[in-house]
Amino acid sequence: MTEFLPVLAVFIPLLGGVLQFLMGPRAVPVWPMVVSGATTVCALALVGSVTNQGDIQHMLGGWEAPLGIPLRVDGLAAVMLLLNNVVGGLVSLYALGAHGRSGAVNSHFWALWLLLWGSLNALFVSGDLFNLYVALELVSLSAIPLVLVAGPRKTVAAALNYLHFALFGSLVYLAGVGLTYAVAGSLDLTLIAGPLAEGGPAGHMAAACLIVGVLIKAAIVPFHIWLPAAHGNAPAAVSAVLSALVVKSCMYLLLRLWTEPLAGITVDAAAQLLGIIGAAAIGYGSVQAFRQERLKLVVAYSTVAQLGYMLLFFPMAVATAWEGAVYHGVAHGVAKAALFLAAGNVLLYVGHDRLRELRGLDRPLALSVFAFALAGVSIMGLPPSGGFIAKWLLLSAALETGQWWWALVLIVGGFLAAAYIFRVLRYAFLNAPGPTIEIEGPVPPRLMSWTALLLGVLSIVLGFTTAPILGLLGGLPGAAP
Amino acid sequence: MSIMPEPFALAAAALIAVGFYGFITQQHPLRRLLAINIFGNGVFMTLILVAYWLPGDADPVPHAMVLTGIVIAVSATAFGLALIRRRILDANRKQDHGDD
Repeated sequence: MTEFLPVLAVFIPLLGGVLQFLMGPRAVPVWPMVVSGATTVCALALVGSVTNQGDIQHMLGGWEAPLGIPLRVDGLAAVMLLLNNVVGGLVSLYALGAHGRSGAVNSHFWALWLLLWGSLNALFVSGDLFNLYVALELVSLSAIPLVLVAGPRKTVAAALNYLHFALFGSLVYLAGVGLTYAVAGSLDLTLIAGPLAEGGPAGHMAAACLIVGVLIKAAIVPFHIWLPAAHGNAPAAVSAVLSALVVKSCMYLLLRLWTEPLAGITVDAAAQLLGIIGAAAIGYGSVQAFRQERLKLVVAYSTVAQLGYMLLFFPMAVATAWEGAVYHGVAHGVAKAALFLAAGNVLLYVGHDRLRELRGLDRPLALSVFAFALAGVSIMGLPPSGGFIAKWLLLSAALETGQWWWALVLIVGGFLAAAYIFRVLRYAFLNAPGPTIEIEGPVPPRLMSWTALLLGVLSIVLGFTTAPILGLLGGLPGAAP
Repeated sequence: MSIMPEPFALAAAALIAVGFYGFITQQHPLRRLLAINIFGNGVFMTLILVAYWLPGDADPVPHAMVLTGIVIAVSATAFGLALIRRRILDANRKQDHGDD
């Protein structure tokens, strides 16, 4: 039974999404909620059995290597599945409030969201390079139309830009897959490390194509230009998924590729370069977040900055940095989902998200503003939140490897994050005279406030659940235990 | 290795270079989409070369990769074209509205 769990976690949401598309608006909201619940249960059962029994492997259709398609769930994949399905389940509950009525647009939302959910699960359980490519494409092709759910007029340019970069990035990645096959004669992640390391220039070219392709899709500076418009204009539930899970799935792929198939071929200069890119992303994204005039754009630029922290793993490459980078992915995913859902509630109530006109929001939207502040604590990296643990681990790794400059980047990044989060909170709590909210929209349904708050609380709780999650993750692959 | 694949390899390299140049320099979304497709064709030709260069008979795995890549590129391009059309229609409507 357990070895079928990866298959179920992928195919329940994929088929559920296709059926939702066929059944149309009359199936909303019962069918999507059933599928969401079943997916969450299967994925959490899968994570549970990995915790108890260790890695799970399943050959699709019973075909063995080299023909078969392996599905593998190890510690890293299990941690990402946990993040994906906890956040996914809560976003589904939020979307029950936001997109729960029948209607063509809501039906499209659910069909695409379930497809995206299944594709993300597929990405995390895939065990070969080409399957990862297909999963990446499914993620992009279901994520981009979701941006359009907010209404095509204001999002079509953002979606188009997103599509250009996603398509280009995936072609670069595909070139890397082809070159890898030429050098190694296999696509299985576990079989290509050795041949690739002996491949000479072709091996290096393959590694470079794989890494650059993933960096483009992960919206790392300087490939970030599509991200703020797409994440800032999408509906709240979609923004939360895009920022918390979709770009994170590309970072997962980068960590996976670097530590397994490319382990023998990576050079220190490339690792340092990735670290410098990460530091640039932290600096640039944070400063831009501070300068934005719209709430959702602040949160979107914050994603550009926060992704940079995960890149700091590469120059340090010790077990502590590994734990810190993955934990940062989890903590940021939960906190960012809370920020975007809270911002969505503000947008629903006020009708716009111009920061300067959000005075005195603390009373009508107490729950959402509280959720925003709690998640902000994690983004800033203040104790006792998940973000604090992640940054602490990265900081220890920087001191452990004697590369103090990364510690400096971490500290400055924390201050910059505090600056842009407090700027938002200052406007929200400010009661001084000035332009006030003119038209008060509907108060967000309780479900939408509470899911945002629950995610905010979870981002703090992550500060206390370090041991089980890092135990599930296991040590740095390839390092001596 | 025979002399045959060399023009093929040059063509693939040229397509990749032209596509990449176009992706960087072109601003219009349609031209950019075309540039990405040219780049993609260069990548697909490279994969076919890989199948040709590998020892033994032609290897079906790169062919399967090219076919999957083409399917994905075609559907993404169709989606992109629909978005571009929508954008132009919206822009025209706005212009007409401005003239009233």
